[in-house]
Amino acid sequence: MIRDHFRVLLVDLGTGRGRIENLEGRDAVAGGSGLAALLFGKYGLPERPWDDPEQPLIFTIGPLTGYFPLMSKTVCAFKSPYHDQYAESHAGGRSALALRFADYDALVLQGRAPTPSCLSVGSRHLDLKDVHYLWGMDLFKTGKMLRRMYKGAGHRSILRIGPAGENLSAMACINVDTYRHFGRLGSGAVMGAKNLKGIVILGDGSFPLPEGKEYARLFQEVYRKMTDTDMMEKYHNYGTPINMAILNGIHALPIRNLQKTSDPDIEGITGETFARDTLLRNAACAGCPVGCIHIGFVRERFMGENRYLYRQVSYDHEPIFAAGAMLHVTNAFSVLALLDTVEREGLDIMSAGVALAWATEALEKGVITTQETIVPLRFGDDAVYRVAFHHLGAASNEFYRLLGQGTMKAARHYGGADFACVLGQEMAGYATGEVFFVSQALGLRHSHLDTGGYSYDQKDKEPDVNGAVQFLVQDERARVLLTSMVSCLFARGVYGEDILADCLRSVGYKVLSETTGAVSSHVQKLRWRTRLRTGFDPRSVSIPKRFLEVETWRGPIDGAYLAALKEAYAGAILDLAREEREPGPQKG
Amino acid sequence: MKILTAPRMDRCIGCHSCSLACARLVHKNLSWDTAGIRISSSGGLSTGFEARTCLACLPAPCVAACPTGAYSQRKGGGVVVKKSLCIRCGECARACPVDAVFLDHTSEPFVCIHCGRCVGFCPHDCLELTTAGGGKGGETASEGGGA
Repeated sequence: MIRDHFRVLLVDLGTGRGRIENLEGRDAVAGGSGLAALLFGKYGLPERPWDDPEQPLIFTIGPLTGYFPLMSKTVCAFKSPYHDQYAESHAGGRSALALRFADYDALVLQGRAPTPSCLSVGSRHLDLKDVHYLWGMDLFKTGKMLRRMYKGAGHRSILRIGPAGENLSAMACINVDTYRHFGRLGSGAVMGAKNLKGIVILGDGSFPLPEGKEYARLFQEVYRKMTDTDMMEKYHNYGTPINMAILNGIHALPIRNLQKTSDPDIEGITGETFARDTLLRNAACAGCPVGCIHIGFVRERFMGENRYLYRQVSYDHEPIFAAGAMLHVTNAFSVLALLDTVEREGLDIMSAGVALAWATEALEKGVITTQETIVPLRFGDDAVYRVAFHHLGAASNEFYRLLGQGTMKAARHYGGADFACVLGQEMAGYATGEVFFVSQALGLRHSHLDTGGYSYDQKDKEPDVNGAVQFLVQDERARVLLTSMVSCLFARGVYGEDILADCLRSVGYKVLSETTGAVSSHVQKLRWRTRLRTGFDPRSVSIPKRFLEVETWRGPIDGAYLAALKEAYAGAILDLAREEREPGPQKG
Repeated sequence: MKILTAPRMDRCIGCHSCSLACARLVHKNLSWDTAGIRISSSGGLSTGFEARTCLACLPAPCVAACPTGAYSQRKGGGVVVKKSLCIRCGECARACPVDAVFLDHTSEPFVCIHCGRCVGFCPHDCLELTTAGGGKGGETASEGGGA
């Protein structure tokens, strides 16, 4: 519903009671990323550890959620178990529209449930149920149980964790509606620490639309751009895995723990191979006609006499990079089987894959032994990785428990930090060069989506520290506006600032429509201030030696350029965080 | 008379564009409930989607069940609803054998009027406006689509 304030549902998991708070600040922070930072400022405890029961777990949507196509994402914010600092993670599925129709701009969870529990909310109900019998269940079984226990098929969103979240792994994700995830920085462990196995959001409300023809006309125009033009083709055709062959072709795909950036074997796991051999169908987030979710299958013979089982597994570039290229598993079906295993545990595949790639090299080099790894990890050996992913999710021994807290934490303990592929967290699937490495290492989310650093690298520009840093700052600012709406970033080609302003105006956000520039700038600074307040120092970030050994299509990485970029970007981040005097949101 | 059919639901990706379009254009709501077509997963996302929409019964059991004459038989199948005559009793929804009538929390009923405005919003061409009694389904071309 259009309103000039935020309607926030706060739930105390300790008591199972909630309250509605009407919070001012719509015109200052819009929603999504901005609202999440605003709420963390209000309810977060920067000085206390991430698993303090009072730390909030925040979910926010934006002013355009549900009103326009691809305004279909939810922002999750929390103090991360990975670095004990402020973190954001984004996911789609049905979570955003379910929150919209439940009529909450944000859901804030505080406290710790007395027993393993599941929270169910809707526009007319709030219920915290004891589900101790689900604790310890893998993600698939948990999903089946929750679907049976709660009503609303199709118009609800189910968020759940697996064993990794229960074991407080900093690589634990929150699974959203089976095929999407709040993947990175350990949001699943935050649910685990709160004794929360699942959250069911029922989108059971409806709202009148604005009078007049402008909204319907604009919707039609945006919808046509999303579906009739070629702009979105890459997302629904081969999907993001189209990047595998492209990056491999330009020597920019991290392979074998980033020992290589190109390999002919990658042919077995390109987007084209996945589509040809494994693709079953596409799926979509609610409110998105593009349908970028690609679903393949695994088929296993579990008994003689032709007894088979099959499962459907979603795939994207990043999971294929992490479970395929990094581990040198180059058969598409083997990669899908690994993704299936990781999903069952409730792990973030990017961190989990990169972590095992490091462990494999560490074992090769004698830094660790099979006493730690339990199984003899070997690049290309998918059977052994399936077992190892289970150990990582289950925290089977001290080694896997520590590895689950972050590859660098394990490397500092056992050795091998030089070849830990960590850029703030385990790297994403791009070895494009200096700008991307610095962008992920210092980025607020340590995500490849913080900025288009990987794209800047591919423009083959001469080293230009100031130009690159200016790009990173400006690109982040533009993306922050989108993640405050909250748009899928795949729609960034359609949702320019002018169209966003038109969209906002058409549904009644007149003031916001005229101040999007100021809002994005304000939210960018607010987020950095929030991150720094929880302990982040961009000057202290180091980039492991392995990244300096990379060779891309442009040749070796330029260490001096990388260092200068890192220093300059750290300075720019501190500048962004420093300005305290700009007008902030009004207090509610 | 044309009727809305959903002959190719095995192509559905669950984007809800049809429901949102119906609610937006026919009922002037932002909703995926107050719509003449509603999408649900059939036993979890891994098993695909189904559409809940009026099958254009002739005679329609919801018409027989309506105690105030708010529902009347539409020529060729389906119903015409006069909301000013509706007393929000919900009998129409209970009478529908395929759960095609949605009642909001005030028991206001929402059911497909077979206008076809949702059809063009389906990116995978799952829906089709077809002639009542004519060849439903099959591979006939239809309007809309174009993802």
